[in-house]
Amino acid sequence: MSLTYHLQVVNLLAALLLLISFAMLSQRRIVGLVTLFAWQGAALAVSTALVGWSTGQHHLYYSAALTLALKVIAMPWFFYRLVKKLDVGRDVEPMINIPTTMLIGIVLVIFAFNLALPISQMSGTVTRSTLGIAMATVLLAFLMMITRSKAIPQVIGFLAMENGLFFAATSATYGMPLVVEMGVALDVLVGVFVLGIFFFQIRETFDSLDLKHMEKLKER
Amino acid sequence: MALSSYFLVTTDHDIPDIRRAGFLYLLIAHVGAVALLLCFGLLQGVGQGLAIGDYTFNTMRLAEITPFWASIVYLLALFGFGAKAGLVPMHVWLPEAHPAAPSPVSALMSGVMLKTAIYGLLRVTFDLLNVQISWWGTLALALGLLTALYGVIFAAVQSDMKRLLAWSSIENIGVILAAFGLTLIFYTDGKGALAALTLTALLYHAINHAFFKGLLFVGTGAVLHATGERRMGKLGGLLRFMPWTGWLTLVGALAIAGLPPLNGFASEWLLLQAFLLTPGLTQPYLNMVIPVAAASVALAAALAAYVMVKFYGVVFLGQPRDPDLVHARRTTWAERLGMIWLAAGCVLLGLFPVQVIDWLSPVVRLLTNQTLVNDGNWLMLAPVSAERASYAPLIFLAVVAAIVLLVFFGVKRVYHGRVRRVDPWDCGYPEQDARMQDSAEGFGQPIRQIFEVFMRVERETPDPFDRKPQYRGDSRDKLWLLLYVPIARLAGWLSDQVGRLQHGRIQWYLIYSFATLIFLLVFVTR
Amino acid sequence: MSTGIVLQIAQTLLAILLAPLLMGWVNQCRAWLQGRSAPPLTQPYRMLRKLFHKDAVLAHDASRLFRFAPYIIFACMVLAAGIVPTIVNDLPFSPAADVIALVGIYALARVFLALAAMDIGTSFGTLGARREMLVSFLAEPALLMVFFTASLISQSTELPVIVQTLAHKEFAIYPSMAFAAVAFWMISVAENARIPVDNPTTHLELTMIHEAMILEYSARHLALIEWAVALKLFTYSALGIALFVPWGIAPRGDLGALPLALLALLVKMIVGGAALSLLEAISAKVRLFRAPEFLGTAFLLGVLGMLIHFLLEV
Repeated sequence: MSLTYHLQVVNLLAALLLLISFAMLSQRRIVGLVTLFAWQGAALAVSTALVGWSTGQHHLYYSAALTLALKVIAMPWFFYRLVKKLDVGRDVEPMINIPTTMLIGIVLVIFAFNLALPISQMSGTVTRSTLGIAMATVLLAFLMMITRSKAIPQVIGFLAMENGLFFAATSATYGMPLVVEMGVALDVLVGVFVLGIFFFQIRETFDSLDLKHMEKLKER
Repeated sequence: MALSSYFLVTTDHDIPDIRRAGFLYLLIAHVGAVALLLCFGLLQGVGQGLAIGDYTFNTMRLAEITPFWASIVYLLALFGFGAKAGLVPMHVWLPEAHPAAPSPVSALMSGVMLKTAIYGLLRVTFDLLNVQISWWGTLALALGLLTALYGVIFAAVQSDMKRLLAWSSIENIGVILAAFGLTLIFYTDGKGALAALTLTALLYHAINHAFFKGLLFVGTGAVLHATGERRMGKLGGLLRFMPWTGWLTLVGALAIAGLPPLNGFASEWLLLQAFLLTPGLTQPYLNMVIPVAAASVALAAALAAYVMVKFYGVVFLGQPRDPDLVHARRTTWAERLGMIWLAAGCVLLGLFPVQVIDWLSPVVRLLTNQTLVNDGNWLMLAPVSAERASYAPLIFLAVVAAIVLLVFFGVKRVYHGRVRRVDPWDCGYPEQDARMQDSAEGFGQPIRQIFEVFMRVERETPDPFDRKPQYRGDSRDKLWLLLYVPIARLAGWLSDQVGRLQHGRIQWYLIYSFATLIFLLVFVTR
Repeated sequence: MSTGIVLQIAQTLLAILLAPLLMGWVNQCRAWLQGRSAPPLTQPYRMLRKLFHKDAVLAHDASRLFRFAPYIIFACMVLAAGIVPTIVNDLPFSPAADVIALVGIYALARVFLALAAMDIGTSFGTLGARREMLVSFLAEPALLMVFFTASLISQSTELPVIVQTLAHKEFAIYPSMAFAAVAFWMISVAENARIPVDNPTTHLELTMIHEAMILEYSARHLALIEWAVALKLFTYSALGIALFVPWGIAPRGDLGALPLALLALLVKMIVGGAALSLLEAISAKVRLFRAPEFLGTAFLLGVLGMLIHFLLEV
């Protein structure tokens, strides 16, 4: 193994990111999901900071700090409060049973890894091998959004997808320009708040956060 | 071969079910045979520079064939031999024909006849065809794994002993075919030594399967002979009444469950080693898919242990579910001898893998131009290098036996060996009867629940007011419904259409002949 | 070679003798965490002694298979203890069986236990056998996947070589082993009949798996099985140590490192036992039909570990 130790740690964190994605797929409780999301953010923040340190890309520190503040502290806190207020902390069965979801997840991972191989060979960064994991994280988050019927897991899935994209940017090109990142972070923040307000509205209208009820809204 | 085994299957032809099973077998075997005829025809026809009508293997071997036609030949061979070997989805005849045939015939069919199909496949792919393409291997690997898992899952939910063994044969054929696929993958990737390793595992497993499945079929034959019963729900406790059959069948059950130091484990060990050597492959996609394949093989092996515990536990252990079983007839010496030599084969093939591999090496060299080099000594099997992996079954057995004896006599010497015989404890439940044991359906229930998507389950559940409550759960193959019933309907529809041509008026028949004549004349003159 | 054989026998004997102690330690920690007063550390030894002295009580219909199975199970576990390196690496016996054979040894013991449970034909016995096989048909391939991940890294299925690669070569972090570690924890919990898959202290028919199988055993047979269970826990802990924290196991031929290796083993076992009881104390037992899901997750994590190996470590 020719990599330096902190890059090995980055690889380890990338693997943890994927592990957490799978844990999210198999998690039935919304509170557990929020906690896992916070951990995913933490792994992301640490790995971003480490990449910044080992490659001398100092703007990555700001991204790491931003991730830490938003995704590890602010949003999980917000979600915890939301879950408490809306009283949706119980077990929720996903629409496809969990082992099947995990099997699909494995297939997605194989697909993502092979997809990333040629791209990462073109990329010149030292962290390029983690690109496959980033893509897998995005796909798995997407899968989670598909299999959940409740509103909050869907939003968490969306945010996890954003985590994956962020990680992809870090591993392929040492992150996006800071301005873009700030913009995205702001977008996400506003999005979450707007969705939070939405939740209350949805629940008031349908007396539930189950998005199956949205089917009633279609015409005819 | 198909015809002679058709007559063997229908030995008891006065039973309608058996005639039906025989017909199904004959039908699928013939579809397979047609594919094989086409395959050889193509091999002869598209090859360059061959005399027309020269169908010897030697000339076929010389044929220069393009990759496209080679692929067609391969696919036809896979289909044709697959139908004869019981490859999913052409497996449906196997669980029907094996139970219908008399037990010695089942043993022969499972042990030898299925293997001739594998032989044919190997022969066509490695010997007759000059080109091999890597996706062939991937296809065979995928089909083999599917067959293995499908077979073992259905074996777990059967309640007829011979049907259970027939499904287990499907599983083993799947494992063998997966090994064939892996051999092809290695071979086309230029890894001759690894191909030799995998091919050795394949051949080894084929021999092993002949031995343990033969043993189990002969064992069930003895049970059937003694009790006249095939349904596991009516058997039980036979180890006490038929000790010879019971203990000898145990050897077969442990061997097929892949437990060391018997022979089933040795070949599975070799196959798993082959899977672990795949990182040398040049294609990244295969590199990543193959660990998943190894996982499937491991899963099939573990499920086989489940199946065998069910088979042996329900038939030979526990209380007799039918009071008449106490009078089960003793086995004759001929039956015992038949089982003894097969059981001895299971043990010896397991204990001396190095010698077995030596015997197999001429075949392996013929097909892959390489042999498996053993890095260990006569006791120890080490396929690649001793650093990489090794397994010494004889030492293994010796140590286990030594520890067992040491502990046995140690405990006997130090402590008193008093034994009191009482009624079973069972958490203090006073009323115990044989019906409270798990039936065959009950033992398979978890598997049925997990894999219900593949099955169509027919249940008969008792009413709360039934005086004699009966439960029956029958798990049927969904593929039969999804694939064969539509094909049968299509065939029926087509023959209806053809049937319209027939209405008994002689003029119309003359017109048919006339039209055919005209058509042929036009065809000839062009 | 002769020192090797002496060391081999010494290490195996040490495992046999220490195994009940580990069991006692886990029970003690668990009692503390549950706020009970704990039984002494030596409780398992006393129980074994008591059981060996009692009269064996056998059901009328118990066959030889039933009476013989405890010896085979015990022998299998001793064999496993002989293969897994605890103190010294690369012992003379280890080439006889690699990790795949190790999985085979566990399977052999399990099949014999399940068959013995079905032998008398009680309702609980068959129930236990069925549940045990249900747990194992997923746990066994999952364990193989964990081993495969380790052997892909070290290019060998021999435990000594795996330990040597992980402990005595240049230090490297293997992300795939993170997946393998989580999977391994889940498997060992299931295989050793502990919460959340099984509860070793219950005799409730809704939940028990392992206990249901050994209900009919008594006296010396039960003692051997209990000892084998303790040995199984010990060998699984030793396996966990060998795969994930192998530092401290003495390399081949280095006799000077022995005292340190022994100390390291004791410390790791103490920490590991405490961690096991902590995890048991904070988790709830899952419903029986969640158990396949739990183990299926372990299996998939093992497969993922191998995939990660191909992505990051080749």
